[in-house]
Amino acid sequence: MDATNDSRLAGETVRLSRAAFVVGLVALGGAVAYGTAHPDQFFHSYLLAFMFWNGLTVGSLAVLMLQYLTGGAWGISIRRELEAATRTLPLTAVAFLPIAFGMHSLYEWTHADAVAHDEVLLKKAGYLNAPFFLFRAALAFAIWIAIAWALNRWSREQDSSADHRAVDRKLQLLSGGGLVAYALTTTWTAVDWVMSLEPHWFSTMYGVIYMAGQGLGALALATLAVVRLSKTRPVSEFLGGRHMHDLGKMMFAFTMFWAYVTFSQYLIVWSGNLPEEISWYLARFRGGWGWVGLAVLMLQFVLPFLLLLSRRANRDPRTLTLAAALVVLMRFIDLSWMILPAFSQGHFRIHPTDLTVPLALGGIWAGLYLRNLAGRPLLPVHDPGFEEALAHGRD
Amino acid sequence: MSGPKLYGLMAEFENPQDLVEATRRAREAGFTRLDAYSPYPIEALTEALDIHDRKLPAVVLGGGILGGLCGYALCYWTTVVNYPLVVGGKPYHSAPAFIVPTFETTILFAAFAAVLGMLGLNGLPMPYHPVFNSPRFALASRDRFFLCIEARDPRFDHDETWAFLTKLGPRVVMDVEE
Repeated sequence: MDATNDSRLAGETVRLSRAAFVVGLVALGGAVAYGTAHPDQFFHSYLLAFMFWNGLTVGSLAVLMLQYLTGGAWGISIRRELEAATRTLPLTAVAFLPIAFGMHSLYEWTHADAVAHDEVLLKKAGYLNAPFFLFRAALAFAIWIAIAWALNRWSREQDSSADHRAVDRKLQLLSGGGLVAYALTTTWTAVDWVMSLEPHWFSTMYGVIYMAGQGLGALALATLAVVRLSKTRPVSEFLGGRHMHDLGKMMFAFTMFWAYVTFSQYLIVWSGNLPEEISWYLARFRGGWGWVGLAVLMLQFVLPFLLLLSRRANRDPRTLTLAAALVVLMRFIDLSWMILPAFSQGHFRIHPTDLTVPLALGGIWAGLYLRNLAGRPLLPVHDPGFEEALAHGRD
Repeated sequence: MSGPKLYGLMAEFENPQDLVEATRRAREAGFTRLDAYSPYPIEALTEALDIHDRKLPAVVLGGGILGGLCGYALCYWTTVVNYPLVVGGKPYHSAPAFIVPTFETTILFAAFAAVLGMLGLNGLPMPYHPVFNSPRFALASRDRFFLCIEARDPRFDHDETWAFLTKLGPRVVMDVEE
């Protein structure tokens, strides 16, 4: 089969990428202008934006490694979409810098006077202190970038060489260790960047909730992209009903996994009903936030669950696109529900910047993502499982 | 015709490709009451036989929903009606505590519905089936592939169907008695 990218498709993607850059830069200009006058509000919104877009990036890295490790035919169809997302890591690493500058607006534990009068924060200061926090963030990005760089480089080698058995082996080996590293880095970054907004509260389930959410979001985004790309060559010659069914099933599994870990944390905290634990939920149930939480439950779990239950729905590009788009949107609402109540204890308060700042970062991220996508062949035809994946989609 | 009634005609093939091809041609010729037998599952055969199962998914869904309702009802009945007990200062009717058993019974009932529904819809257990009247049919669990067109097929006619099956290139065509 002819695996070269349709030239019109490439042109369209690049145009779309430019439009995204323009939207992002304009929104960024507005956000920065606003932010210089109201730094606290800006940084609150910025953290949400960063967590959302970085989550999609790192989640893509995880799903990519998961597929290399297990070698399933399902993942070959979204290989290049996931890779394109992982190559935005240098951008999200730079995008972390404003958080480093805005730490004082975000984290109570950076205030020496607050820590001095707080027994708990004093005890936690060995972990929650600015230099160690920045070191951990740098370490996480170094690990992610190194893995993403190697995976993308080897995948390119696989594309261009006839004998790539050594490369296939390396990809698989790195993915095994890389997933362990992913679990550790995602746990500590979720704890550092978001959980420590309320530094008295703690949950050991917290990192897993982020892993489930990131995997879900990344899978949904890649599904959206591949279904859209299947309208033109070369993906149109590859993607079959069974590939879409596989992606739908995988998304179904991830929403269940997300719901499972999210509910587990809630059930344990609810059962214990201890003041230092339940406070986190009270801030997220009171003053209208409860409705947001309910919407997340209904639209990130119940509705996608029902939509993706039937075989026919999974194989229908429109239903699958609808479910995937809903999931990506709800990832944002879910993160809003996790993050924003920390800044407005007990009151429902959202600010226009909670939308414009994510849009600014998102425009730039999407611009880079699309350019990455157009820059490489859309099908990994030299992957050892490619022939099998191609035949797999035909039934 | 005297003697036992005819169940159908059976053709024996040596490889799965021939069986799939013969099945496809028999479907194209308009036969509807036919079945294919093979020592191992052949995916293309399902498609060639044009089997569309809409019943089992519905049975499993029904089992799951019933299981969920039963699980929740069990929790509700035991902790609210039959033996009201305050646990951890929570109300009797505490939905979060009921979710886990409800989830488990949903899975349990759906799984039972899947297994039992599959057996039931296949008519299993089936102590007697006419195809075993053919002495060669034992090979269907070893290395031969069989296509059987049943006599109750509206298009069935002994001699014509025999001629049709012979044209498909089988090793042998045989009568199967009821």
